Amino acid sequence: MTFALAGNQNCGKTTLFNQLTGSNRHVGNFPGVTVDCKEGGIIGYKSVKAVDLPGIYSLSPYTNEEILTRDFLLTQKPDVIINIIDATNMERNLYLTLQLAELQIPMLVALNMMDEVRANNGSIDIKRLEQALGIPVVPISATKKQGITELIERALHIAERKIKPKRVDFCSGAEHRTIHAIAHLIEDHAQRIDLPARFAATKLVEGDVPVLEKLGLTENEKDIVEHAVTEMEIELDTDREAALADMRYRFIEDVCRKCVVKIGESREYRRSVRLDSILTHKMLAIPTFLFIMLTVFWLTFGVFGNRLSELLEDGITALGVIVSGALTNFGMNPVIHSLIIDGVFKGVGAVLSFVPIIVTLFFFLSILEDSGYMARVAFVMDKPLRKIGLSGRSFAPLLMGFGCSVPAIMATRTLGGERDRKMTILMIPFMSCGAKLPIYALFTAAFFPKYQALVMLGLYVTGIVFGILSAFIMKKTIFKGSPAPFVMELPNYRFPSGKTVLLLMWDKAWDFIRKAFTVIFLATVVIWFLQSFDIRMNLVANSADSMLASIGKFISVIFEPLGFADWRVSTSLVTGFVAKEAVISTLAVLTDSGTAEVAENYLHTLFTTLSATSFLVFTLLYTPCVAAVAAAKRELGSLKGMFFVTLYQTGFAWAAAFLFYRVGRLILDLH
Amino acid sequence: MTLKDLKVGQSGRVKSVGGEKALRRRLLDMGITPRTFITVKKAAPMGDPIELLLRGYVLSLRLDDAQSIEIATESEIKKPKDSEDLKSYDLCACGKSKLR
Repeated sequence: MTFALAGNQNCGKTTLFNQLTGSNRHVGNFPGVTVDCKEGGIIGYKSVKAVDLPGIYSLSPYTNEEILTRDFLLTQKPDVIINIIDATNMERNLYLTLQLAELQIPMLVALNMMDEVRANNGSIDIKRLEQALGIPVVPISATKKQGITELIERALHIAERKIKPKRVDFCSGAEHRTIHAIAHLIEDHAQRIDLPARFAATKLVEGDVPVLEKLGLTENEKDIVEHAVTEMEIELDTDREAALADMRYRFIEDVCRKCVVKIGESREYRRSVRLDSILTHKMLAIPTFLFIMLTVFWLTFGVFGNRLSELLEDGITALGVIVSGALTNFGMNPVIHSLIIDGVFKGVGAVLSFVPIIVTLFFFLSILEDSGYMARVAFVMDKPLRKIGLSGRSFAPLLMGFGCSVPAIMATRTLGGERDRKMTILMIPFMSCGAKLPIYALFTAAFFPKYQALVMLGLYVTGIVFGILSAFIMKKTIFKGSPAPFVMELPNYRFPSGKTVLLLMWDKAWDFIRKAFTVIFLATVVIWFLQSFDIRMNLVANSADSMLASIGKFISVIFEPLGFADWRVSTSLVTGFVAKEAVISTLAVLTDSGTAEVAENYLHTLFTTLSATSFLVFTLLYTPCVAAVAAAKRELGSLKGMFFVTLYQTGFAWAAAFLFYRVGRLILDLH
Repeated sequence: MTLKDLKVGQSGRVKSVGGEKALRRRLLDMGITPRTFITVKKAAPMGDPIELLLRGYVLSLRLDDAQSIEIATESEIKKPKDSEDLKSYDLCACGKSKLR
């Protein structure tokens, strides 16, 4: 048996899903968090599963989420739809309810956040509401776990007896006549493709193209439909879509007037207004935001994440030593030994050490998101981002990119609109990530000892400037068109629930670990193989003789115009694909300099100040690490997208470094 | 006048909703239908988007999109006949004043 959970964004749908299933699911206060449907078995009821549908406001044919939801409901035919409604925001929430009722699938309404309504001395006449809607209504509070058992029992009852919504008529006058006339006309067609006639008729009146195409009406029938609609439009002096939206809202206003007692502004609303008087204040909004973000970054990279990462790294190293000792005792073949220790442990270990950072970052961000703050960030930052073809919602992921591209790319899932999401993913690598910092530190210490901080800042700014440039190029070429409409609800601030935050952390960590053991595992094994063997498949003692070094030598030609043709440099860039920190460690190994100080001295033999700058620009912009590329593949949903990210970034980096180097040479020559 | 012309703190009632197809439908779905009472609560620090209160919830909208919503101002509709009607559509349009 299947329960489908449907409802608006921010109605507590995912919280209810978590309560029902206890499984890991992302819940956010940021509109549009769940993009695909997720399933989970209901605790205590064997054979009953719940499907979490995307948060939507309507069943229009214009957004992917809405099309996905209605197709799911019409084709999968769940045994019952549980329509979750935010009791503090009845009018807008009921709008979807009326459309769901037309689908003629057994259904019940879960009236969520009733505790909030009661705390504000409001009340809702449940009996009257049930009568008015013709749908059973169960008051619940998902966060406080009230009414959940009753909800499940009622849903089971309705599903078993297939109790459909009793009422489908929410109309009167011209709309009523038109819908009924069309419903009669198309009944046979609708039956043939297993569509509720009433739903199909309403959609035809609204001018819904997908439904019209599916019905396969004759030209004559189409004419009759259009004629009826035109007549209705003339009579009502409005157009088809507005007429039906208006019809539904009129019905809802009437229902609310009869059933809902609301005593002015709620405490939650007043609290939100008070908080917003600072958080979206004309002058204070941006400074407060920067302060919050800097605190999050400091806590993640300075306090918790890094320390935990180091701990995990030490743990993995220690485990590696134990395993290595055990393998030696066992007399394992040295090649397999090297594969396990130098390949798997070093490679996957290096990537796994990201996990604490990702988890910590997501911990803070999900608190911000769950509380409703991220919607405000989008509100505040929308105008500047629109200039480069993005919307305010892209801002949070872009900012996370300065920490680590992986969680940043994973966070784009919260964005509405395919185009915005892809554009944001492609822009994130331009935000210089934390792992590149050691490279900058080493090089600036060696070449710009006096202006270290300034050069580093310059690199970050360069990244942002090129990111904006790239966004402009994309806006004019592959991503023409305007950003997704920004019609976004600003939900009341709510206290984030511990369970939600913990489940989200687990979700993200698991997501990353799974990736670490698939794509990243493979990539590290390949790099290990290249580093340990020469072309004749002999195991090499010195990685300078390895295939990787040969590749390094081979591709070093590419870097000649950029001023750094040494094969050791190009080899280090190749290993940087696994993790950016590896650039430094590879350089250290290949130049036989055990410590950073020695490497710093050695750098002067490999680079001039100008070519070092060019190298820094290249590392700033070239392909993101394998973990980030894997995340991009997942979120872009295609291998093609993944290769595009890799090649695009590398190409861009080459062009930028070339420009820097050549212009620099020109200036130097002039002097 | 359009919703874009309303200053922060001002309210108005929707006359008609225009705009490109998908956007327009979205506006209608979100409850911006003719006769809906809308108050502009705030503008973002850079003046755009704006924050609206309608049907008892808060919605944000870009000025460009707000321009496609025709508004009748309070002064325009404050004829004796309409004042009764106005009350029942108060901010929290859920029948706040009528029911108590």
